[in-house]
Amino acid sequence: MAVVSGKIAVSSMPTVRRSSSTFDQGFRWASYGSALVVLAVLAGIIGTMVYGGWPAFREFGFGFITSSAWNVGQDQYGAWVAISGTLTSALIALAIGVPVSIGIAVFLTQLCPPWLRRPVSTVIELLAAVPSIIYGMWGLFVFAPLFAKYVQIPLNSIVEGMPILGTVLYARVPSGVGMLTAGIILAIMIIPFIASITRDILDQIPTVLRESAYGIGCTTWEVVRYVLLPQAGVSIIGAVMLGLGRALGETMAVTFVIGNANRLSLSLFDPSSTIASRIANEFNEAAGMQMNALLALGCILFVVTFIVLALARLLIARVKTR
Amino acid sequence: MSFAMAAGLAFASLSTAASAADITGAGATFPFPVYSKWAEAYKKETGNGMNYQSIGSGGGIKQIQAKTVDFGATDAPMKGADLEKNELVQFPTVMGAVVPVVNIQGIQAGQIKLTGQVLADIFQGKIAKWNDPKIAQLNAGVNLPSANITPVYRSDSSGTTSVFSTYLSQVSEGWKSELGAGTTINWPVGQGGKGNEGVAATVKQVPNSIGYVEFAYAKQNNIPYTLLQNQAGKYPQPEIKSFQAAAASANWSSAPGFGISLTNQAGDDAWPITNPTFILVHKTAEKPEQTAEVLKFFDWAYKNGSKLASDLDYVPLPDNVVEQIRTSWANDIKAASGQPVYKK
Repeated sequence: MAVVSGKIAVSSMPTVRRSSSTFDQGFRWASYGSALVVLAVLAGIIGTMVYGGWPAFREFGFGFITSSAWNVGQDQYGAWVAISGTLTSALIALAIGVPVSIGIAVFLTQLCPPWLRRPVSTVIELLAAVPSIIYGMWGLFVFAPLFAKYVQIPLNSIVEGMPILGTVLYARVPSGVGMLTAGIILAIMIIPFIASITRDILDQIPTVLRESAYGIGCTTWEVVRYVLLPQAGVSIIGAVMLGLGRALGETMAVTFVIGNANRLSLSLFDPSSTIASRIANEFNEAAGMQMNALLALGCILFVVTFIVLALARLLIARVKTR
Repeated sequence: MSFAMAAGLAFASLSTAASAADITGAGATFPFPVYSKWAEAYKKETGNGMNYQSIGSGGGIKQIQAKTVDFGATDAPMKGADLEKNELVQFPTVMGAVVPVVNIQGIQAGQIKLTGQVLADIFQGKIAKWNDPKIAQLNAGVNLPSANITPVYRSDSSGTTSVFSTYLSQVSEGWKSELGAGTTINWPVGQGGKGNEGVAATVKQVPNSIGYVEFAYAKQNNIPYTLLQNQAGKYPQPEIKSFQAAAASANWSSAPGFGISLTNQAGDDAWPITNPTFILVHKTAEKPEQTAEVLKFFDWAYKNGSKLASDLDYVPLPDNVVEQIRTSWANDIKAASGQPVYKK
């Protein structure tokens, strides 16, 4: 395909050249403009958040971030519970989602029999197309009851009273919803992103690399571990960042399964809330300072996402120089 | 079913939105199903449409202030001073009731009796087990388990939470001073479900839980409710009769814009947690013919909508209250020329 189009371009080069000066200029400006639109939109959103959230920042100062109070009746707001909930749920999602996604990608590109490749790939991409509210409903009505019955309740009888484990894994309310459930649902939601991008990356690694590794007697495991993953490393981190972006900002699915409590807890099974779920829950009826506090939360979500992505950049830079 | 109807209605209204006699309203989500049903029947009878957007009570108030709709709708009544300031007239349309629902093995609907104080203590975490002496002494002969109680609340800000917490503030000093009333409460225990359906689903799934939902959800989902002691010390069944009893004994003219709270009303038969939902229109109608249409619509609904409302487990207002509303329309709502918009 590429060869054919190359030929056409060569044979018709004089005509293309003549029309190109105006067309090229127009094209350049159009794509330049498209890139600027993104910046303008982002600036607009950040501006709105900062402007709307400013009264809350002014009123509570730095305490808005560190305080875990959220009392609408007394107009006391603090974001800490939501911030830590956002980070924890996204971390859980990554801890579960990344290994599974890479496993899927390696399987699809290296081990999968050809007849199974297409159906599995299609299903992975379909998972990405399911709306988040469907994940939320499925999580609440199907996953949570099963999770409570087969994981939380049996686990409770084992870990009750144990040091550390008895705190982290004890469900005071074995209802199936809570921080870990939210993390698991998020993991399922980010798997298609990470898996399909990683698959494409692995597919693009030159066959000659793999073949030479096999040629010197490497096993499949050694090829994956010492040839493919290091080659794809930086790009895989990029894929993981895309997934992390979704996990940090996911709203509806999390609102359904996280339990929505404004309390800090060390237990993975206790209800909590994220920045996005808090906003989704309260935006409808919010007014006055509550609205300012919610906009300030949105602003913080921006900053948190920015910091996380910046850290990821740093990570990529370090991997690259190595 | 009501959702399908509503969706169909919203679809139909898209194609006819341009028609001149159509009126638009926005606000509270709680009365949305009944308003849609009314609009549908009204359209069939008169050919005039009503387009209602359920964007939440706060949104309803903002929209009518901005004059982008013909009427606003809110679950929490606006205060007299705010009505004055914004030159709005407020009147109730239908009522709903909130009932506590439980999931305790072997316990049927109406088998457990609670007082308001005990209910407040449960949702504050002060009573943590079902066999607590305070619950046991109200329920002699009922086999209560020695299990931890899980309170379930609305995670989204909601008029239902506002009514529920208003009631708890009236019956419990501890609640009033520590948590207060509002659409969002800083719940000290339990877990949140999104929407009435979220609370209903959570209560159904979690053993030994207790939640609060609009009566319709308890009835349609078949979740056991508890009885609740009213101001007179009786334990009425939650049903249309006891909800209307609360409305009938209330003194509606005591607050401007009928903005009374219907919680904890006197009367032997009165269910303690009922709430009216309200409509807002401008005192001086900029577009008198549109405002007249709004009043015509709700006039029709008072006359013909009771059956549709009860079918959806909403409670029609008692006749004497409707009479007072019509009087207020005739007296308070004027066109710019000073002519009354509504003639009794």
